[in-house]
Amino acid sequence: MDKKQSQFQTDSNPKPGITEPSSGSPRHIEAKVLANRRITNDVYHLSLMGEEIAAAAGPGQFVMVRVSQAVDPLLPRPFSIHRVMGARFDILFRVVGQGTRILAKTAVGETLAVTGPLGRGFLLAPGRALLVAGGLGLAPLFFLAQDLINRGFCRPDEVTVLAGGRGRADILCREELAELGVRVQITTEDGSLGRPGLVTSLVQEQLDAASEPIRLYSCGPKAMLQAVAGLAVAAGCPCQVSLETGMACGLGVCLGCVVRKADAPGPAYLRVCREGPVFDAGEVFSS
Amino acid sequence: MNHPDLTVTLGRLKLANPVMTASGTFGYGEEYAGIIDINRLGALVVKGISLRPRPGNPPPRIVETAAGMLNAIGLQNVGLTAFIRDKLPYLRHLVPALVVNILGETEDEYVEMAAALSDQEGVDAIELNISCPNVAAGGLIFGADAEATSRLTARVRAVTKKTLLVKLTPNVTDITVMAKAAADAGADGLTVINTLLGLAIDLTTRRPRLANITGGLSGPAIKPVALRMVWQVARAVDVPVIGVGGISTWQDAVEFFIAGATAIQIGTANFFNPTATMDVLEGITAYLTDCEVTKLTDLIGTLRLS
Repeated sequence: MDKKQSQFQTDSNPKPGITEPSSGSPRHIEAKVLANRRITNDVYHLSLMGEEIAAAAGPGQFVMVRVSQAVDPLLPRPFSIHRVMGARFDILFRVVGQGTRILAKTAVGETLAVTGPLGRGFLLAPGRALLVAGGLGLAPLFFLAQDLINRGFCRPDEVTVLAGGRGRADILCREELAELGVRVQITTEDGSLGRPGLVTSLVQEQLDAASEPIRLYSCGPKAMLQAVAGLAVAAGCPCQVSLETGMACGLGVCLGCVVRKADAPGPAYLRVCREGPVFDAGEVFSS
Repeated sequence: MNHPDLTVTLGRLKLANPVMTASGTFGYGEEYAGIIDINRLGALVVKGISLRPRPGNPPPRIVETAAGMLNAIGLQNVGLTAFIRDKLPYLRHLVPALVVNILGETEDEYVEMAAALSDQEGVDAIELNISCPNVAAGGLIFGADAEATSRLTARVRAVTKKTLLVKLTPNVTDITVMAKAAADAGADGLTVINTLLGLAIDLTTRRPRLANITGGLSGPAIKPVALRMVWQVARAVDVPVIGVGGISTWQDAVEFFIAGATAIQIGTANFFNPTATMDVLEGITAYLTDCEVTKLTDLIGTLRLS
């Protein structure tokens, strides 16, 4: 991929200590459901058994899950990998439509057809890390926080997670983050938890207070990602964003999930499933 | 009973089995290499190629519908030169027959591409896409007009000795008219059908759900339409018909053989079941064995009408 347009030359030329995200061949398996529990009003935590996928998965990568053997709904759904533990991998999902309603009813012991791990995940690097999550965007960022620490890229106190949502029910995984020992700051639009307002206000404060360069990793609604990317550019900090789009195959063949490539001379598109879902912010947002 | 004979013939091209991939649903093969053994396919049809690279349509390009999906990709592809340089070296060493699907904006572009591909070792067949509903120039303009279909097929036939397939659109009043035009002009086989033109609307915004407004409908929803058209075309022409449209299981495939298809293509099913081609291949084999049919060709066109 041509990254010459990127604002973030630091990430375009991997230095020692920077690890390229994994991108091996995906596997297609029948994964047994180990747990499927509701963690908020409409968000579920699904645990699946699948050693081939769990062993190869990196933070920011995703899986395609077929919610049933029926042809309606037809397509598998993409979900970020939330965490892996041994041969098990987990996802978080919100019930938003026909597919996720079926998935919410899937019982322990049933199997689901799953393809993964897919896509290009986060590029991990040492140094201070600022993880910016909007709502369910915390799912892959939790995996990232864990990996940054477990693989020795960061000490727990070098990782700050900023979690934003509409209300307190949108702020997920607070106990798990506390166990990791990372710093956590919360904003809610209705003020029901943490500071009232948008998560981007915390991003600006963190950037203002930083005495050394910070790497930003972000996942959430597109408007939030664009705002975070803008703040990062202004501060001269590298920023990776994880995008979400509708997709049919997840394998790079249907060409249905594309986003416009930023700063290209003519129309040019990047596949979220293949060149992403994690992009250097400059690849997808014009500065 | 021995393993049934699955070989089928398209023009001068002999396939080890009748299971093919549909253009645009299997990339350039590599994408599926870790999931299935792509060398077990009868033929691999690669994503449609145009003379020059095309960026494709703006997103959103796909939308799910009841038992189907609409797409308006707009033929995003690397172009003929890059295809020959970057993709063909990998593809030509694969076991399955290689079919290159081409789309031109003009007759001359189709002819130029067919001529260039004719010189390429490893290309076994050319599939003329005269049925893409999602591009402004080319595609349907040829496929919905019998005279244009005939003239284009004849001109391409004149520049290539490779097996020549013509992929027909269902978006016409009588598909047999286009089928006869292509067959009479020298096509070795007909691929029936491409997608059906459709529309989906977002109720909140009252806007089309595709940036292109309309798109091509595929998936299980269109199978009965495809099956009916394969049956009609198989009775109308003497060249082999390749059935495509909503085939997701071996039972679907067997229906198409009974209706008159010599081979079948798996398209959208590759998206929701990446092992669909292998599942269908194994199912066909088991069905023939169970029915004590020794050759697949004995099943083709055996629809009983009385």
